[in-house]
Amino acid sequence: MSAIPTYAAQVPEAGLKAALAASRPGLISEIAASGLKGRGGAGFPTSVKWNFAAAAQAERKFVICNADEGEPGTFKDRVILMEHPDLVFEGMTIAGKAIGAREGILFLRGEYTYLRGGLEHALARRREQGLLGPDILGSGLAFDIRVFMGAGAYICGEETALIECLEGFRGEPRNRPPFPVDTGYLGFPSVVNNVETLAWAACIMANGAQWFRSVGTEKSTGRKLFSVSGDCRRPGVYEFPLGITVAQLLKEVDGSDAKAVQIGGAAGQCVPARDFGRTLAFEDIPTGGSVIVFGPHRDMLAVLHNFLEFFADESCGQCTPCRVGNPRLLDGVAQLQAGTCSMAYLKELCALGETMQIASKCGLGQSSPNAFLSVVAQFREEIMGRMS
Amino acid sequence: MLMTERERCAAEIQALAGKLGRDRTSLVPILVEVKRKYHRIDSYAMQVIGDLLGIHPVEVHSVVSFYAFLGDRPQGRFVIRLCRTISCAMQGKDRVMRQLENDLGIRFGETTADGSFTLEWANCMGMCDQGPALLVNDRIFTRVTPEQVHEILEECRRVFGVHAAEAKEVHLA
Repeated sequence: MSAIPTYAAQVPEAGLKAALAASRPGLISEIAASGLKGRGGAGFPTSVKWNFAAAAQAERKFVICNADEGEPGTFKDRVILMEHPDLVFEGMTIAGKAIGAREGILFLRGEYTYLRGGLEHALARRREQGLLGPDILGSGLAFDIRVFMGAGAYICGEETALIECLEGFRGEPRNRPPFPVDTGYLGFPSVVNNVETLAWAACIMANGAQWFRSVGTEKSTGRKLFSVSGDCRRPGVYEFPLGITVAQLLKEVDGSDAKAVQIGGAAGQCVPARDFGRTLAFEDIPTGGSVIVFGPHRDMLAVLHNFLEFFADESCGQCTPCRVGNPRLLDGVAQLQAGTCSMAYLKELCALGETMQIASKCGLGQSSPNAFLSVVAQFREEIMGRMS
Repeated sequence: MLMTERERCAAEIQALAGKLGRDRTSLVPILVEVKRKYHRIDSYAMQVIGDLLGIHPVEVHSVVSFYAFLGDRPQGRFVIRLCRTISCAMQGKDRVMRQLENDLGIRFGETTADGSFTLEWANCMGMCDQGPALLVNDRIFTRVTPEQVHEILEECRRVFGVHAAEAKEVHLA
């Protein structure tokens, strides 16, 4: 592992200059050749998203940077925005050229208000240097970026809920399709990309697709940032090639005695020690980068209780499986903790969880039962027959 | 609210709308600013905002009630939000909670009688590697220990309060 993370060793504006020199199809095909997939966790191919928006015919288009980093255990975007905001703005400008948008919006979560000053400062400097504005570096490309503050809602990390918030509504997800690349902000084609995705897009334009895909796996190319917290000696943000095993990661962060690791945040899955040979990649364990380590003495029911409290609080309440399901699962965990849950009821709760995965409207309700189902499957001996 | 206060509030919201825009896309930014300034968004403010943006006040209320950082309940000058999510919980947020409640004499969700402090829970604030974390208004504190709580509160009181060292109102951010 190199001492300086790849993204941080970037030559300033090299990616933007390469993108300005490239044709629009050439730019998108470079991103396509790199195999870059969304770093927010969903893993959708970035070039496909950009292509859709580029093909759409509209008066206005938007590049939206999703900096509503709210998944429990995720904090890599905070570090990027604090230490390398220009890389993100560079990536947004590149996306602007790719899809033919003149307007960029960085949606910053309310909890990160303390980052706003630095971001506005960086934007002002970029305008002075001609890196944003009506004619970027004399290329004829017009693009500018503004910061929009969120107001405290996990659900706004979901792209259509984010757009609802931008438009002045409750952050309730929309039905998809239509997707934002077709009908996004104010009805115009919009790409919504994660902070890290945009930063990598800038790196790829600077160094080429081959450089990016020289590490990682066939289906999960390149490097990724991981936010590591919990029971390990060296928590923090790490850069690893995708395809690294859980065991390798734990060794780096000095947490090898873990009994389980939560990958992908509260919405992700709980991986027990016997599966630490599995890999962090879109084809095995997909992740937005959140890794929470649970040491040998951690009570998995207490962990589950915390996760479900989170979801019960953050559910937007729009659809029934999620609004009613999460409090039911939370109550079930409380029963398990009190040692009053029958096996028959536990099975019913698992069936409820599966229903939520299928019937919920958005990713929140579809993924909130994951942790419950994986802990019940993997740690049955630990959770049954508790003496309260 | 006094009539003069109402007039001042309406004028300030009008100025905000002038700066941020008079269409619905400005709703959340305006609400965030009103909350920052007045520590509450009351029904009068919602009425004024609705009028300015051409939407029903109920629409404004539905947005106010949705977001954790908005809400129509009055809050203190300093809103302390302690992260309760997993990594901060594993690093001892409960003891920080207890000390905050002890030192302020209120429970989470409440505001001190003098209107200085509100205690709120926050869901994951992205400081998982440096927990327990809390926000005082917009300012972040990390690796907070129970014995640091007093110091943090005193710092707020120095900025604002009857014994404030600096007379003018300053946001701790």
